Amino acid sequence: MIEIKELTVRFGGVTPIQAMDLTLPGGACGLIGPNGAGKTTFFNVLSGFVTPATGRVLAFGDDLLALPGHRRARWGLRRTFQTEQAIEQLSVYDNVAMVHEHTGGHRRDRHRDVLTALDFVGLSVSPTAPVGALGAGERRLVELARAVVGHPRVVLLDEPAAGLPDEETGRIGAVIRRIPAELDAMTVLVDHDMSLVSACCDVTAVLDFGRLVAAGPTQEVLRDEHVVRAYLGTEEIV
Amino acid sequence: MNVLEDAHRATAPDHARHPTAAIGHRLRQPLSAAVWPAGVAAAAALLLPLFTSAYWIQVLTAAAVFSVAALGLSVLYGRVGLISLGQIAMLAVGGWTAERLGQTGALPFWLVLLATGVVTGLIGIVIGLPALRLSGLYLALITLMLAAAVTIVLTNTNFPNGGPGFLGYDPVKSGTVPLARPAVAAGDTAYFRYTVVVCALMFLLAIAHTRGRPGRAWAAIRQSEHAAVAAGINVTLYKLWAFALACFMTGVAGALLAASAGGLTVYQFPPQESITLLAALLMAGMYHFAGAVVAGLMLKAMPALLDTWGVSSNVLLIVFGVGLVQTLVTSPEGIAGQLSRDLARLGARIRVRRTTS
Repeated sequence: MIEIKELTVRFGGVTPIQAMDLTLPGGACGLIGPNGAGKTTFFNVLSGFVTPATGRVLAFGDDLLALPGHRRARWGLRRTFQTEQAIEQLSVYDNVAMVHEHTGGHRRDRHRDVLTALDFVGLSVSPTAPVGALGAGERRLVELARAVVGHPRVVLLDEPAAGLPDEETGRIGAVIRRIPAELDAMTVLVDHDMSLVSACCDVTAVLDFGRLVAAGPTQEVLRDEHVVRAYLGTEEIV
Repeated sequence: MNVLEDAHRATAPDHARHPTAAIGHRLRQPLSAAVWPAGVAAAAALLLPLFTSAYWIQVLTAAAVFSVAALGLSVLYGRVGLISLGQIAMLAVGGWTAERLGQTGALPFWLVLLATGVVTGLIGIVIGLPALRLSGLYLALITLMLAAAVTIVLTNTNFPNGGPGFLGYDPVKSGTVPLARPAVAAGDTAYFRYTVVVCALMFLLAIAHTRGRPGRAWAAIRQSEHAAVAAGINVTLYKLWAFALACFMTGVAGALLAASAGGLTVYQFPPQESITLLAALLMAGMYHFAGAVVAGLMLKAMPALLDTWGVSSNVLLIVFGVGLVQTLVTSPEGIAGQLSRDLARLGARIRVRRTTS
């Protein structure tokens, strides 16, 4: 469970997140909103890349903001990026092993844990393949494997299927759905793909211009008139 | 057996479906990454003295030393993405430290090398501090200015010549006093071999780093600091580590230079030499350690070659300039990168021919 209290972020005169109070209960949570709503900024606050002006973030009772960025990964916070960041110079195996070795994973478990993570995301290339030679979908899966290796507690996914064809989006969605159940880690998914959010997330929060517009069970939220007006337009949601 | 081999075996059938993965596997696997420095060093140490004159032995000793300075830059820029234009100054600081430590006469040669490396490594951490905030052009400027500052200080303090006090310089005495060589390597040829062995050890140290935990962290930092932090990497620690390692190796190289013929003068380390080093390394191959060897030869052996032909070595500046443009346009990986790719292709072609025949 993540509790966000009075979170405000300011970049000069711009306030991408304003006095946000939100409780993400666990399981798979969606976070949606139009461009510039503050979704990625929120992830960046959780990751330690952005220091908020005010506010607290308690993750499973721990004050996340008190930890330096790299310590948060060791705590169990993982993330993927909107622009995928699989490390090109490393092999598939080394990409995942890198996270394992820097997040407190034991050396003797590394081989097993890395292969388990690669298996979990369903990556079917050789672990020794250089990431630079992989396709976009496979690189997304490498990044996803990095986010699930070892013992993640919170997995932040920032548009994990952006730019991928429907078939590969479906594969990634299937993996995301398995994270809370099989890894006992809560997932926060930011995406514009409503079908992916609907399919993966039990609860969803909606941001608009740095403010929380709505939060609750995903299907209810997607029908909320404020949400429809702010983000989805005026068409009927199916 | 390493983990990569284990991983490879566990998923061996995948290679049939993913030919690119199999190629990648072959490219990454060869042990040559650790073996080649040993092989090159053994060949150089054993064979070169048989065919070369005393002059060329000295030139090649300097080339070996400069290849380690290039190696330091290769680690910093090629692996971590941190530019430093202070590596030649660090070579000078290493030389000064070694001469000063050697002057006490209390330490064996190998310990002087090690202690010098530790001192320059610590200085490297201090130089690395601005790198935590700066990158690119700004970091280049800062390190170049530091190099200029080192030159100014050394112009005033000079290299130790057996004088009293902390500086160890006696203005009454004229000439330079080189660091005393170890008993096993008193002659020029023996010292060349000693230098080559120590330089090879520096290459092995760098390779061990890049193939292990620091190398993975550096690769992540080079591509994206955010991705590195998200992976749990302490970016501050690993950036400073890179500076410390680069300056340790360059300091040891400077110590080796201090015992080569003639001793050291400040004119051997002009600040702009670091820019030439960067240009040579980019041409030779920034992203391959073999490129550092080529860069060392370009910096020290090529001027000597031109000298023997009666051509001014200043011509090299023009050659390097044109060569750099040509490299960046046609083969950004440099000579070493191009060569290793061509060799890999040749090897693959030979293997295919063998399996089909």
